[in-house]
Amino acid sequence: MSDLDAFRAEVRAWLEENAPPFIRQPESIETAIWGGRKPSFIHDDQRLWMERMGAKGWTVPEWPREYGGGGLSRDEAKILAQEMRRIGARRPLDSLGIWMLGPALLKYGTEEQKREHLPRIARGEIRWAQGYSEPGAGSDLASVATKGEDKGDHFLVNGSKIWTSYGDKCDMIFALVRTEPDAPKHLGISFLLIDMADPGVSTRPIKLIAGDSPFTQTFFDNVKVPKGNVVGERGRGWDVCKYLLSHEREMIGSLPTTQLSAETLAQHAVRVLGADGIARAGALRSDIMQHEIDAWTLAIAIERAGDQAKAKASSPFTGSVLKLFGTELMKRRTELAMSIEGSAGFDPQGHEAQEWLHAPANTIAGGSNEIQLNILAKRALGLPGA
Amino acid sequence: MPLVLTEDEQMLVESLRSLLSRSAPVAAFRALRDSGDPKRYSPALWAELAEAGFAAPQVPEAEGGIGMGYAAAGLAAEEMGRVLAATPFLSTALAIELLIAAGDAGQKAALLPGLLDGSRLFALAIEEGGRHDPDTRATRATRDGAGWRIEGTKRFVLDGGVADGLIVATQGEDGPMLLLVDPGAPGVAVTPRASIDSRNAADIAFEGVSVGADAVLGGANGSADDAAAAIARALDVGRVLLAAELLGIAQEAFDRTVAYLKEREQFGVKIGTFQALQHRAARQYVALDLARSVVLKALRALDEGDKARSALASLAKAVTTRTAREAMNEAVQMHGGVGVTDEFDIGLFFKRARVAGETLGDDYFHRERLAKMVWGI
Ligand SMILES: Cc1cc2nc3c(=O)[nH]c(=O)nc-3n(C[C@H](O)[C@H](O)[C@H](O)COP(=O)(O)OP(=O)(O)OC[C@H]3O[C@@H](n4cnc5c(N)ncnc54)[C@H](O)[C@@H]3O)c2cc1C
Repeated sequence: MSDLDAFRAEVRAWLEENAPPFIRQPESIETAIWGGRKPSFIHDDQRLWMERMGAKGWTVPEWPREYGGGGLSRDEAKILAQEMRRIGARRPLDSLGIWMLGPALLKYGTEEQKREHLPRIARGEIRWAQGYSEPGAGSDLASVATKGEDKGDHFLVNGSKIWTSYGDKCDMIFALVRTEPDAPKHLGISFLLIDMADPGVSTRPIKLIAGDSPFTQTFFDNVKVPKGNVVGERGRGWDVCKYLLSHEREMIGSLPTTQLSAETLAQHAVRVLGADGIARAGALRSDIMQHEIDAWTLAIAIERAGDQAKAKASSPFTGSVLKLFGTELMKRRTELAMSIEGSAGFDPQGHEAQEWLHAPANTIAGGSNEIQLNILAKRALGLPGA
Repeated sequence: MPLVLTEDEQMLVESLRSLLSRSAPVAAFRALRDSGDPKRYSPALWAELAEAGFAAPQVPEAEGGIGMGYAAAGLAAEEMGRVLAATPFLSTALAIELLIAAGDAGQKAALLPGLLDGSRLFALAIEEGGRHDPDTRATRATRDGAGWRIEGTKRFVLDGGVADGLIVATQGEDGPMLLLVDPGAPGVAVTPRASIDSRNAADIAFEGVSVGADAVLGGANGSADDAAAAIARALDVGRVLLAAELLGIAQEAFDRTVAYLKEREQFGVKIGTFQALQHRAARQYVALDLARSVVLKALRALDEGDKARSALASLAKAVTTRTAREAMNEAVQMHGGVGVTDEFDIGLFFKRARVAGETLGDDYFHRERLAKMVWGI
């Protein structure tokens, strides 16, 4: 038996013993596990699952062990993912800390910052929010105006952020703050880590077309942030921001494949319409087929992106590619699911309606898809102009 | 194997590029086309590629090849696609695949060396209609003494006008049967077909053609099951190699288009400054990057004997056919009027992409195949 086969056997046995029944069911928006200082679970199995996986470092299988990760090789991580899929296990932890801040800290953080924050992210103890967008700075993100005045040992932060995902449920926020008012636009921003329990931080919920309010406007009123909480160089937060965004884009683009939805779209169609019904809806069938081709393509592109990262041969444009393709795929998928359901999908709280109403946000978030096209046109293709 | 090229594979690409840029620039293909040479391929170029090991790099060392795997063959196909090299690469790969899968030791010993060194050219006679449909076989082989008698017509046999040997897919007594036929044999009528891509192809009629028992691939032990499996396997290999070629064609047409966007001026600026064109070009970049992932995955699956390799062959062919079609339309459009002139090379890519796309099944064929094979709808 090869090492990998032995590893697979070990993983399988461990999962068999440690993956509780509740988390072996198809996931939905409500069943995601987010952790944090005040975690909310709809079933105690979720807590168990997060804690057990967190203790092994398997919430972040490829991070180094000294920072709370699993220290797995790429091949081992693939096996873990396969074995989880095999038993229909849900993700043990959804986290902006894992998807976004972690990679940025691994690259730009000081040793102290890494030791302080990464293990807490891995174990789901701190829930992070992203403080990038402002009412006046959306696509033109580098025009952020939230300011941080230099007060010797700390910055005094004033301003507001908007579209803060789960802002009212998070413990800490990584924020772009203008600390060098006289420097050029891109060189005056610092990347700050701010505790949301600190005095002066408050949030106001924003309600969405899907009916829920998953994000907030976040206000900073004379908030003191120690200088040790700057990630990377002071004034060079834009570099950290961009690096983090490339991970955010890969993550958003990968959503259609990481959602361990038990069913493919084709299976959904068979369940609802039956073979006969599908045969009579030939044009719909044809679009479902194209969707399945695209979904498989995306999965392969994600596999390649991972292999490239491991081989230190990543393209700086992979995030944009996956983001564009993955989010459009997600929209098409939810639209096709609505078409399969017909009026049965109109219940505002129904699974299909909820997925469909949430999908359009992804082509906007993380830098809109038009912005991704701009990035590719200018940087990947070197086309001239603004 | 990871979906990243190995160092050996990168070196292969580099040496292929230098050989092809020297011996087979697009201008060479244009000159060949304009010469009216009925062979429609360059034997000298093919000999040079074979000499360097590029005619069939996938063939294992045990069979006399260089054993670089299908990934290497795919890279060769892609690079040839980039320069529109008119070679019998696909026909040779199909013939080799069938021989290795179904041939007996004597047949392999007699034919493989010549295929590998480029001195022999075999064509696979399989299609009988316009659209790809490998399961329809009206061409029959019936017993004729100790041997067989073939009756039927094959359409658009690739390299059928230059091959010195044919592998004919027939309907035998209990299923498919592959027969080795000399195109000069009595009763074989080869009619050259003009093709938009200026490559060699012919319709081939078999009227009471007699062959010996040793013409059956696999000899006395050749069974219908073996033939069916060999055909399925060869077609999947061919599809992935065509997918790789389509990737090369589309990538090259796209690269030329991006260069044109940076060069051509209208309204006092480079046309590449217009966001409407930038976004369309960026979409092509995305589509090509995705297609590249899929092609590499399908090649690795062939090398690893992945059980999904047949489905991945269909996926790769479907994705690249569609991607290339869209890339070609955009390439022509973004060139403006010159894009539709014969003088400009873009049109040559446009035409070859159509033929390579249809060959061994277009995106519609493969979507349908996947629907039945994988998705159950
Ligand atoms: C679900 C969701 C979650 C989010 N979570 C967070 C979060 O946690 N933290 C955070 O900081 N932000 C978050 N955002 C904000 C997100 O990053 C912004 O919405 C996004 O960057 C777009 O900014 P905007 O909404 O101001 O739109 P605008 O910038 O006003 O854009 C409006 C339209 O104009 C287009 N446009 C703008 N500029 C150009 C251009 N140069 N060329 C072509 N088209 C252009 C855009 O593509 C868009 O279609 C989230 C957004 C969503 C939808």
